[in-house]
Amino acid sequence: MKLFKLRGGVHPESRKELAADRAIRVLPMPEYLYVPLLQHVGAPAQPIVNVGDKVLKGQLIGASQGVISAPVHAPTSGIIAAIGEYPAAHPSGLTAPTITIKADGEDRWLETAEVENPFSLTADEISTRVAAAGIVGLGGATFPSAVKLNLSRKNNVRTLIINGGECEPYITCDDRLMRERAAEIIEGVRLIRYAVGAEDVMVGIEENKPAALAAMSAAAKNTEVKVIAVPAMYPMGWDKQMIKALTGLEVPADGRTADIGVLVHNVATAYAVRDAVRFGRPLVSRLVTVSGGSIAEPGNLEVPIGTLVETLFDFCGGFRDKPARMVLGGPMMGIQLATAAVPIVKGSSGVLALTAGEIGKVDPSPCIRCSSCVRACPVGLLPLDMAAHIRAGDSAAAVALGLKDCIACGCCSFVCPSHIPLVHYFNFAKGELMEQERVKLKQESTKKLAEARSERIARIERERAEAAARRKAAREAKERAAKEAAAKAATETA
Amino acid sequence: MIAALTSLTILGAILGLILGIAARVFRVEGNKLVEEILDILPGSQCGQCGFPGCAGAAQALAAGSAPVTLCPPGGRAVVLALAAKLGREANLAGVKEAVPMVAEVKEEICIGCTRCFKVCPTDAIMGAAQQIHSVFRDACTACGKCEEVCPTESVKLQPIPVTLHGWYWHKPNVQAQQNVPA
Repeated sequence: MKLFKLRGGVHPESRKELAADRAIRVLPMPEYLYVPLLQHVGAPAQPIVNVGDKVLKGQLIGASQGVISAPVHAPTSGIIAAIGEYPAAHPSGLTAPTITIKADGEDRWLETAEVENPFSLTADEISTRVAAAGIVGLGGATFPSAVKLNLSRKNNVRTLIINGGECEPYITCDDRLMRERAAEIIEGVRLIRYAVGAEDVMVGIEENKPAALAAMSAAAKNTEVKVIAVPAMYPMGWDKQMIKALTGLEVPADGRTADIGVLVHNVATAYAVRDAVRFGRPLVSRLVTVSGGSIAEPGNLEVPIGTLVETLFDFCGGFRDKPARMVLGGPMMGIQLATAAVPIVKGSSGVLALTAGEIGKVDPSPCIRCSSCVRACPVGLLPLDMAAHIRAGDSAAAVALGLKDCIACGCCSFVCPSHIPLVHYFNFAKGELMEQERVKLKQESTKKLAEARSERIARIERERAEAAARRKAAREAKERAAKEAAAKAATETA
Repeated sequence: MIAALTSLTILGAILGLILGIAARVFRVEGNKLVEEILDILPGSQCGQCGFPGCAGAAQALAAGSAPVTLCPPGGRAVVLALAAKLGREANLAGVKEAVPMVAEVKEEICIGCTRCFKVCPTDAIMGAAQQIHSVFRDACTACGKCEEVCPTESVKLQPIPVTLHGWYWHKPNVQAQQNVPA
């Protein structure tokens, strides 16, 4: 099949060989699991259990709140040990509301009814099941999948693209999933296609994963699913890049993929959808790649949500030598961890322990305006000018240059010969703009409150004055009546 | 004599007519600038600037008799917006980057005197006589009026703790290396 030309992108060393040939191993159930209530884009889940409650694996412990939200479930059977703040897998190192479960070691599933033929369900039933299972985009974006399904149905999506890009260096969990569980993924893909009524279904897999391509092609034989090799480059796993490569269409700025009639899901999401629809099993575990130069035995693990990162490192033989940096996610977009005592969440594709030789230089030099970053930017922005404006304190000018379309993929920082932390500038500016937006909203509501108050005070005063006037009028009328009566009495006696 | 009188009278009449029409055509509704400045100001009428409410401050700003840094609760954002609107230099040196604060009632020592919610410009305090008062955090603008009137120091402004929701990356502290030989 003819592929379309792509803009920008870089070719970092893949380093996938560290973990790519290690088969999936199941992590033994840790004693404690720390399940954050916000593991997705949108509103956090609301806890519906109490400390001391006994829960089964797959039991709902946090209900979804609002339109864009997702529930969370117990990743194993056990007792709720705590509900409160726990350090989150976040660059700030701050805490987040978390439910702690003490595993009882039985790992007993909640009884669920298996659906013999999932294709006998209606599209609505499928998306309800996906929503109830708490499935979110497992490629890392963690957008609630059911919301995407419903949105796609409303927008008459015609093309379904399944993303097997996995372009981040080191990370191989999707690769292993496609090699070992291709048939299940394809069933999930066909369920999603059936639920949104798409006509074309394409699975895009980077050509540096030949084993995954072969396994998926074999599994997709005699189905409507087309498996297509796409060039290996970063960021091939960006949904809009995948759409461009396979269809030639470009999603407009500020737009959604549904605007051009395309729905994109990750391969791991498709796998989770199959589990949810066929077995009624919620998303309580995921594949995580443990890799990096410091790891004794890199590998791919099936990990219950809420396992601490340090447990994964220990299971993989600990550190060969002290890591210079620990990263959650890939090296391009992942977050640096200050501590390994943070839980794995639904969007965690990998944990890396990198040696000093594997991490980049940190001393930035002045920009030489070589425009390498402009050529590398897959969105077509001008990173050097945007960063210069932000450095000078003019975020508005950066927005005019398209800051809001920046996907923080890190290509510009990667190629910059002066090692300027470009993406850091953009993340800072985006945060600052959001803060300004919040302040503006607050000011507007303050204004409304202050106006309502002064109106109320004026009204109360007016009403008081009116009441006083009425009383005065009544009093005068009474006095007049008394006078008249007195006068009348006087004339009568006279 | 008559010619001079008539010509001056006619001239006066015509000019008067023109002035009268001009006054109607180019009528200005109040001072536009004052209204625009009012839109920028927080509008909580807290009076921390020393003027009677935001309208007074807006008039002083429009007249040029007040600095753009007059509004403490507005912070940096308001200073920059005012400077841009009035075309003045924004001197941010004196502006404290206010730590976001919120009023909090210490319930053990609240005596339910109702003074604080009577002065609150945004109705952010709920309470009744002899009842413990409570603050609506979302409506509080941290103007500090309640703190001033509280007889038991029960209402106090407290910094809002940073959460994941509000956290964002700090600005990169880049000291570009100048490779200039010494």
